[in-house]
Amino acid sequence: MQNRKSATLKLANGMEFHGWSFGYDGPCDGEVVFSTAMVGYPESLTDPSYSGQILCVTYPLIGNYGVPDEGADANGISKNFESEKIWVRGLVISEYSFNYSHWDAVKSLDQWLKEQKIPGIYGIDTRALTQVLRENGSMLGIIVPEGEKKDFPVADPNLENQIAIVSCKEVIRYNNDGQPRKKVVLVDCGVKHNILRCFVERGVELIRVPWDYDFNQLEYDGLFISNGPGNPEFCDITVENIRKAMEGDKPIFGICMGNQLLARAGGASTYKLKYGHRSHNQPARMVGTNRCFITSQNHGFAVDEKTLGKDWEPWFVNMNDDTNEGIHHKTKPFCSVQFHPEASSGPTDTEFLFDEFISKL
Amino acid sequence: MKDQNIKKVLILGSGALKIGQAGEFDYSGSQALKALREEGIETVLINPNIATVQTSEGVADKIYFLPVTPFFVEKVIEKEKPQGILLSFGGQTALNCGVELYKNKVLEKNNVHVLGTPVQAIMDTEDRELFIEKLDEINVKTIKSEPAESLEEAKEAAHRLGYPLIVRAAYALGGLGSGFVDNDEQLEEICEKAFSFSPQVLVEKSLKGWKEIEYEVVRDKYDNCITVCNMENFDPLGIHTGESIVVAPSQTLSNKDYYFLRELSIKIVRHIGIVGECNVQYAYDPDAMDYRVIEVNARLSRSSALASKATGYPLAFVAAKLGLGYGLFDLKNSVTKTTPAFFEPALDYIVCKIPRWDLGKFHGVSRKIGSSMKSVGEVMSIGRSFEEAIQKGLRMIGQGAHGFVGNKDIKIADVDKELREPTDKRVFVIAKALSEGYTVDQIHQLTKIDKWFLGKLENIVLTNKNLSEYNDIKDVPAELLKLSKQQGFSDHQIQKVIYKNSEDTAFANQAKVRARRKELGILPVVKQIDTLAAEFPAQTNYLYLTYNGTKNDVEYEQDGKSVIVLGSGAYRIGSSVEFDWCSVTCLQEIQHQGYRGVLINYNPETVSTDYDMCDRLYFDELTFERVMDIYDLETPHGVVVSVGGQIPNNLALKLQKNGVPILGTSADDIDKAEDRHKFSSIVDALGIDQPEWSELTTLEDVDKFIDKVGFPVLVRPSYVLSGAAMNVCYDEDQLRKFLVLAAEVSQEHPVVISKFMTRCKEIEFDAVADEGEVIAYAISEHIEYAGVHSGDATDQFPPQKLYVESARKIKKIARQIASALNISGPFNIQFLAKENSIKVIECNLRASRSFPFVSKVLKINLIDLATKVMLGLHPAAPQKSAFDLDYVGIKSSQFSFARLQEADPMLGVDMSSTGEVGCLGDDFNEAILKSIISIGTEIPAKRILLSTGDPLEKADMLNACRLLAQHDYELYATGGTYKYLVENSIPCTKVLWPSEKDNPNFKGKFKPALEMIQNKEVDMVINIPKNFTDTELDNGYQIRRAAVDFNIPLFTNARLATSFIRGFCSMSMDDLKIKSWDEY
Repeated sequence: MQNRKSATLKLANGMEFHGWSFGYDGPCDGEVVFSTAMVGYPESLTDPSYSGQILCVTYPLIGNYGVPDEGADANGISKNFESEKIWVRGLVISEYSFNYSHWDAVKSLDQWLKEQKIPGIYGIDTRALTQVLRENGSMLGIIVPEGEKKDFPVADPNLENQIAIVSCKEVIRYNNDGQPRKKVVLVDCGVKHNILRCFVERGVELIRVPWDYDFNQLEYDGLFISNGPGNPEFCDITVENIRKAMEGDKPIFGICMGNQLLARAGGASTYKLKYGHRSHNQPARMVGTNRCFITSQNHGFAVDEKTLGKDWEPWFVNMNDDTNEGIHHKTKPFCSVQFHPEASSGPTDTEFLFDEFISKL
Repeated sequence: MKDQNIKKVLILGSGALKIGQAGEFDYSGSQALKALREEGIETVLINPNIATVQTSEGVADKIYFLPVTPFFVEKVIEKEKPQGILLSFGGQTALNCGVELYKNKVLEKNNVHVLGTPVQAIMDTEDRELFIEKLDEINVKTIKSEPAESLEEAKEAAHRLGYPLIVRAAYALGGLGSGFVDNDEQLEEICEKAFSFSPQVLVEKSLKGWKEIEYEVVRDKYDNCITVCNMENFDPLGIHTGESIVVAPSQTLSNKDYYFLRELSIKIVRHIGIVGECNVQYAYDPDAMDYRVIEVNARLSRSSALASKATGYPLAFVAAKLGLGYGLFDLKNSVTKTTPAFFEPALDYIVCKIPRWDLGKFHGVSRKIGSSMKSVGEVMSIGRSFEEAIQKGLRMIGQGAHGFVGNKDIKIADVDKELREPTDKRVFVIAKALSEGYTVDQIHQLTKIDKWFLGKLENIVLTNKNLSEYNDIKDVPAELLKLSKQQGFSDHQIQKVIYKNSEDTAFANQAKVRARRKELGILPVVKQIDTLAAEFPAQTNYLYLTYNGTKNDVEYEQDGKSVIVLGSGAYRIGSSVEFDWCSVTCLQEIQHQGYRGVLINYNPETVSTDYDMCDRLYFDELTFERVMDIYDLETPHGVVVSVGGQIPNNLALKLQKNGVPILGTSADDIDKAEDRHKFSSIVDALGIDQPEWSELTTLEDVDKFIDKVGFPVLVRPSYVLSGAAMNVCYDEDQLRKFLVLAAEVSQEHPVVISKFMTRCKEIEFDAVADEGEVIAYAISEHIEYAGVHSGDATDQFPPQKLYVESARKIKKIARQIASALNISGPFNIQFLAKENSIKVIECNLRASRSFPFVSKVLKINLIDLATKVMLGLHPAAPQKSAFDLDYVGIKSSQFSFARLQEADPMLGVDMSSTGEVGCLGDDFNEAILKSIISIGTEIPAKRILLSTGDPLEKADMLNACRLLAQHDYELYATGGTYKYLVENSIPCTKVLWPSEKDNPNFKGKFKPALEMIQNKEVDMVINIPKNFTDTELDNGYQIRRAAVDFNIPLFTNARLATSFIRGFCSMSMDDLKIKSWDEY
């Protein structure tokens, strides 16, 4: 039997879950959320949308295929991850696989978490925890390894502007090699690297700008608003910038946070979901059609469809709970989706949306 | 939306259970029928498998117990005039039949629409060449494969591709006739066989050692696609997926791998144009993101049944609805009832499928597993760790394993070789290797099994080692005890490793472990399978138990209104779909009487484990430990142990001793019938005759007994399942050899030998009694003489040749026994009858294999009645006239020898059939023809090869041979038979035994029998073994085996052959009436 060190996950409602420590041997706090994705822990952990959160994975066996190399390609885009670092503050799982096996792996999940100073806890009944989060809504929690002293109160990450934390700090250009290319401005609210890859692979020149950057001064063919963590209400500057762009006719496309910001720019409001959508199996139907897609999702807020302005229409709807999954403008080429067409992790059914957007440029 | 023109639909079943096509199609067919009936569509089912749930009253509107062949299906179509037909719910049998009907334009002519996947798409997936072309169109890689229609072509292809290669027969069930070859010689051998099944073989590059991954894909007519589940084989490519341990979801695929293959699957399925369900199998490179598509099954399959059970997503039900024109968005998730069917299940557990082999039952069969399927059943275990799931699963297969470790030591001469060349024991060889200090890397090198799986198995061995350091359960640290339970150790395994030299029984020590666990609060929790990993609330009753959790998902009523039914476990030779029918029927009646029906079972191929068949389904172990766990949670009104075959029956006494109320016949009385000694003294006391027998403890006793009764004798252990370890010995030598084996089989119970009665009729008595009084019964009669296992024999009901006097005696004896054992519930007695002397040979106080057959022929549901009895309702006995039938039912056995290379296809006291059919006819001849055609035997066209056994049997067959000659059949006979026939003025041609073919006296004058078979110059082979001594067997073996290998109908029993011959000489195919069950 391995030498195990005990650890406790405490929730803000007073519930405690006892398990064993792995990864970084220290405490952490954050908003505890669950994801039902069965694969993709390296992608999820590095997804900036998880900033401020402790992630509970409902699939019980984690770590099986280790962790791949963290190197970047010639464009500075991570080869295997969704950003340069782990954004999740803590990881809660049922069973950690000490043995891993995959040709692409260079280290274990445990080792990676240690390097990145992210605590993990295993041996938790993640199904029971998920039921608590489902019934009570996401809540604050702390992971406390044996011997550590940490307790509530802790800061609520939802009260901080997480986007400001995860966004790039200066403008970064991709594919700016002097070739004639369509130019897309990407507003980085915490962009996943696979979105960058999706554009770069399609030959677009990408101008990645910080979340609060006034891109209207730039010359571009299309505007893209990325995914990002937390509450869209922190991004009034971005919304203002988008509004300005909407005065013109250049195509706009948004993903996840981008959907919420575009909706806000169009006059709609957003609200916090009880426990969010975090999984690989969210069904979305294109409104008014028989076309349905399995989508990857990771968000805690949603667009309130009832508040959409008269120029806007719902584009996609979630078939499980009828929440909004995307909007589009009735006359102008503005659209966005709540799900992740870039997948990674998750199903790739809707990657064609990048092609559709680029074809409009 | 739904096509409104479809009012009546014909659905094709899969016929008898056989290797490669088993109970999973009862499940998929039943689901399809449910889906259609919900729409108000009239359903017509053709399936001769009378033991299935789908052929029960109320499942389909019309049921035809007829062969699923184009001939019969066409006639049913002409009679029933359906608008639609479903081809993809009855396995390869239904699919092949449907393709033929389409090609012959029968469907077009009768205006019958194929619902779901179009036939062209089916053909595109079934024909290798078309399939590869089709996938080439979208740049999807397939295994480089070259078709060949002759041995020469195959050799050319082989030399182009280079060895190692795999050779497959096109259009074949579950890899039939396929295999790996390393050189020309092996290629010749396998091609010979493959060409007998199929006009085409495929020569392919072997990808041995690659991972094997499957995706289950659903597509609707609007082009919406989902993948419901993926699965990963524990065993690498090279071992048929039906022979592999399989886990779901995949465990060693990263996100990239998983969604790369998922995307490909959807691309393929869209391109082929599936509407409904289909399965895509991949070979996946363990060292890169590279793949080959192995095959696409454009129908429901064993994998789809497994995927349905693994996820809770009812694939067959949804596929049937999609066939009617619905979109996935129109349908609801049947677990949550609120969310749509368009979604992909998220699992929060792991399932593990493990095959069950019964190779020990066959003489001469190779135990190696490979690219052709040999397993007869499977189990699915559910856990929240791999260790937990696999240890549960290894217990579930029911072959004496207690888990991965803690089993009886197996002796392996060369571990390396056994790891490299896997057999049915492969997982235990890994356990052995780990215990001998092999590293994960070494085992991986030899087996190519992914190191992740091997690492997990090593964890189990480590925990076992840690436990072994203690000698008393009280000393084991709570943390270690908990860990071992989380890794799936049973209490029995734990006691075994702790109490090394205990004087207490294993059962007593197991109780100590249980008590200690309870004291420490180490208890399993109940979890739901809800398709969405708890994301949404779900009122699901689909449950499993795990130690990897802290909270129960279920709140129990504790109102004493639950009744637990113990199911029948893995399908295996001797226990299969018939007990599933019994379990389902029992559950329905329990619910009908206002109780909560609770089922425990773990067989993914069954209808009983469909979660809407009961109020709570525990997909879990049928061990004493687990049943007690569930009993503690449920505190039920009682437990039913008599409808699931031998597994629950064997638990009865232990459960009762631990305070569990057993419904119906008491466990003590069950034991009196099970224990031969006790039973025999009861029978003696009642003055009922039985074959002389003796309990065996020493060899001197044996000799004395044999001196008294003489050979042949029947030797068997007292707890018998399907004749396991039972054998007839004809001489001293055989007896000595067998006694060694028998003693190994069961040490807890003494071995019994009895006088073996020859040329006796065997009679089955299936009945229901209430407090010792028989209220309903069915007497049926074997066509074969006793000596053929009752599960292999051909059964006629009502009996056609039994003396009235015998029947009266049988009824009287049965009443006496029922009263003596105070039976309340189902039971079965087997009798021997010679002239009018009746002997009792066996009594089971549970439902028997023939319950569905006799219930359906009689149209009195014996399980319904038995359930009422067990609930204490004292049902009225059916009226006497109900037992008087104007028609005949005949049950025939299906054998799967073609898949069991080298096995001798001979019948004996040990059961070897894998399935059965039951057909009805207005008279005996009609019924036997339908029944025998249903197991795939065709009426011979012209030439028949005969070797009719010993003088008595030669005489038995004389009239049949004469009949054949009169009907212009050409007869070919080996030496003795030839002589006998000629003496009796029956024209025939002499052929040579295998041993005679090089004899200079005969060579050139007569054709060798084997050559005629190999050249397919005969249409039927009748080979009656003279006796069962080893020396006699070889010549006959070669002929029998060749008949099987070259797919020529074979009869090895004189009485059955005679019945069949009389049948087809008295009427033609067109004389067989197309009548549905309700028309009798």
